[in-house]
Amino acid sequence: MEVRAQVSMTFHLDKCIGCHTCSIACKNIWTDRKGTEYMWWNNVETKPGTGYPSKWENQDVYKGGWEPKGKSIGLKVTDKFRGLANIFHQPHLPTIDDYYEPWTYKYSDLFDSPAGDDQPTARPVSLITGENMDINAGPNWEDDFGGSEIYAKNDPNFAALSDSEKEALFEVERLVFFYLPRICNHCLNPGCVASCPSGALYKRGEDGIVLLDQNVCRAWRFCVSACPYKKSYYNWSTGKSEKCILCYPRLETGQPPACFHSCVGRIRYLGVVLYDADKVEQVASAPENELVDLQREMILDPHDPEVIAQAEKDGVHFSVIESAQQSPVYKFLKQWGMALPLHPEFRTLPMLFYIPPLLPVLGHVEKGNYDVDVENYFGSLDKARLPMKYLAKMFTAGDETKVREVLEKLLAVRMFKRAEQVDDIKQSDVDELLKKTGLTAQDCEEIYRLTALPTYEDRFVIPPMHREYVADALGDPYDFKAAAGVGGFNDQPARGL
Amino acid sequence: MTFSEFMFGVFPYMCIIIAIVATTWRYVTDKFSYSSLSSQFLENRNLFWGSITWHYGILGVLAAHLVGFLIPETILWWNMEPIRLYILDTTGFVLGLMALVGLSILIVRRFTNSRLTVVGSNMDKVLYAVLFIQVLTGVLTAISYRWGSSWFAGFATPYLWSLVSLSPNVSLVENLPFTVQLHILNAFVFILLFPFTRLVHMLSVPIKYIWRPHQVVRWNRRKEILGPF
Repeated sequence: MEVRAQVSMTFHLDKCIGCHTCSIACKNIWTDRKGTEYMWWNNVETKPGTGYPSKWENQDVYKGGWEPKGKSIGLKVTDKFRGLANIFHQPHLPTIDDYYEPWTYKYSDLFDSPAGDDQPTARPVSLITGENMDINAGPNWEDDFGGSEIYAKNDPNFAALSDSEKEALFEVERLVFFYLPRICNHCLNPGCVASCPSGALYKRGEDGIVLLDQNVCRAWRFCVSACPYKKSYYNWSTGKSEKCILCYPRLETGQPPACFHSCVGRIRYLGVVLYDADKVEQVASAPENELVDLQREMILDPHDPEVIAQAEKDGVHFSVIESAQQSPVYKFLKQWGMALPLHPEFRTLPMLFYIPPLLPVLGHVEKGNYDVDVENYFGSLDKARLPMKYLAKMFTAGDETKVREVLEKLLAVRMFKRAEQVDDIKQSDVDELLKKTGLTAQDCEEIYRLTALPTYEDRFVIPPMHREYVADALGDPYDFKAAAGVGGFNDQPARGL
Repeated sequence: MTFSEFMFGVFPYMCIIIAIVATTWRYVTDKFSYSSLSSQFLENRNLFWGSITWHYGILGVLAAHLVGFLIPETILWWNMEPIRLYILDTTGFVLGLMALVGLSILIVRRFTNSRLTVVGSNMDKVLYAVLFIQVLTGVLTAISYRWGSSWFAGFATPYLWSLVSLSPNVSLVENLPFTVQLHILNAFVFILLFPFTRLVHMLSVPIKYIWRPHQVVRWNRRKEILGPF
């Protein structure tokens, strides 16, 4: 056993209102530069939908993530020798058109146009070429388009559904959608790191944040292909790749990442978890149906004296262990078993976990009226509007029982609180569901509080990053200036000749 | 000093010294600028035909030059049988043609796609010109003055070795045809340009990838922490 710490995240999808405040917060800080206009390190997708870049979940096309090879696994897009042979032309690289061509408007035309019979217009111009362009794709182009023939219907996750199931889903009365905010998952077995021929990408040992060293990057672009979540981006202007840095300069000063901090729905939780680094290859190579459970198993109990002892031996600072004991991610993921990884079948062991949405599943229309069954206030999972199969394809590699378990827990908490506060639900029904899900009354109360009433300190338990141990007193303090997010470059990082 | 003594006896050293000093300087002071500067993200289709043909063609040609430079006697021995000479010369010619076709595709691609003109620099244009002259004179030499694989060993190899031994023997090359002379001089211009253009990407061949472990972890502190454990 080798204990390492990982800054980990949980997104509660029932709480996401799809406002994109997170995306804007991130964009304003990190990707408002030339060459990064098309990048959304944080983006919010409408599901069902094709996403960003278009149909990114379809790895037959994008070749992201890992696949079983022999007893272990190998990258889909490259291996040690194929990587070198394909270095002059990378066969599976997405192009800017798979994302969208960024644009602005010629606002000056509104002021500078000569007087005429018509109102002047601000024409869209490409942010790459500066030429006039027609806009036919953009970020969130499919926003709220549940049921769209072009977007929702082409969701790669529908592959598992039969045609009749698909048709039923697109009846007007059953139209349904929810939001899926995505950032870099800071995986335990990152495809981007493994694929980089230059070794520019790395995982930080102390906190597991995956970063890309721009001084080492030589623009081979394998990270762009190998990341199954398409969260590594190529800056066409500087000729370097870039990715989400989990706002590490903010984390190091005790602040949550900008997308977390700004989240209006307060859906985001961040905390450190301890895991057994020796198990990474073994878990990532497991059969598909065991991936979720095994990944959960490799997260260690920070209260276990044995784990604590080993963690201290492996150099995890005691303050980080203390932080892990308070982690909201640990509670959702391990204690209550409610958080699931996105597409575990990609085998990167993502460390961003999602609590799947219950609301769009339960909403039900009967004879044109929204059905609020007096007998059965919250409806039932059997009459689910969004097929369980669809959610299973996203969060459990197709295993419906695992999604169902989580949704039942969400339902149990609701029933418990409804019975307690409004008292129109039979206690026997509540007890039955509690027994089935294995939650206690105390669990329900805690889940309720962490879901509905969490404070800033409950949501973000940021471990001390201990930069003071790194910048030793004998070194030049200016060497470390850049690490705090200011300085570092004497000039703007510019494209080479 | 005659003009050809300067061009073939002094100019090469100037180019090589400037290239070495400037490359080192650039690497030490501006690592960020080292990149393959790939434009595949903006244009994919034509790059496949251009880049693959160009790179494999030019690498083959350069390898052939290197072999002729290092083991000329072996090449001459190989060429004793006419059929073997034909095979060697044809291979070289085809590789040169590949490079020429690939480079032409890349040049046309660069100047006809508006997305690519945005990411092209003035040095790129200079480099394209130098490369095109180099490959064109090379291919023309192969056509006009046949059995180059043999006479390379007689003229170019001794001349290059005389440069290496710091006693340049200009008489070996000063009476060669103009195409060949241009090819030689332009090669030194190419070396001169190395640190000032995207050519530095040649230094980034990621050989280490073959033996490094898949996952890379960087520790801020691996030493024992002086904390209240």
